[in-house]
Amino acid sequence: MPLSPEDRFVELTDQPIDADRLTQFVTTPLSGAVILFLGTVRELTHGKRTISLDYDAYPEMALKKMNELVDETAEKWPVQKVAIVHRTGKLELAEASVAIALSCPHRGDVFDAGRFLIDELKIRVPIWKKENWSDGTTEWVHPGADAPSTNPRTEAE
Amino acid sequence: MKITVKLFARASQLTGASEIDVEVDAGASVADFREALEAQHPELKPIAGSLFVAIDSEYSSDEQVIPEFAQIACFPPVSGG
Repeated sequence: MPLSPEDRFVELTDQPIDADRLTQFVTTPLSGAVILFLGTVRELTHGKRTISLDYDAYPEMALKKMNELVDETAEKWPVQKVAIVHRTGKLELAEASVAIALSCPHRGDVFDAGRFLIDELKIRVPIWKKENWSDGTTEWVHPGADAPSTNPRTEAE
Repeated sequence: MKITVKLFARASQLTGASEIDVEVDAGASVADFREALEAQHPELKPIAGSLFVAIDSEYSSDEQVIPEFAQIACFPPVSGG
């Protein structure tokens, strides 16, 4: 079933994410299962030490793609409410860069739907992180940037 | 026609700009646009092959024709989350 605008909260923000508020937003009397996923800033990547991350986004397209992901998720699972929030700007270690909260009647579906949302967000939504390494260097993270671009699929296959 | 192109992440870093202009013929395809982009902004060469071209916030294919007055953006693979 399509999810109405009042049953979804999709946002980019340069402010800390209030995860409790998102959990409350998705919890309804009809829910039997609520899940909250937080992606957080990790200090170590392949032995290199991160000081902070900078996130850049293409806001119009990012919000459009996040809403499309919500639509696809609601087609696949009996989702009642969904919240997706992604940070922009500078983030310190252990801060949440992304939060996904959603509710379904049963637990199996919230795990599957939540996994789908975060996996697809990382493939399709135009947001980028820049590593500020402890040795003073910086590096935009572009997975597979040495290979020719192939468009992320936009329809569920 | 002159296309104003939004750039993000390393594409923006390499050019030192968040927007650049690219001149293409009317009716140019995305493939034509890619050629023009690389020729007119050689600083993007290191990542040119991996750049996505978005037309009005949608991923494009190389055969698509660039519409007049569309919003065009170029960016390397995404890394959110």
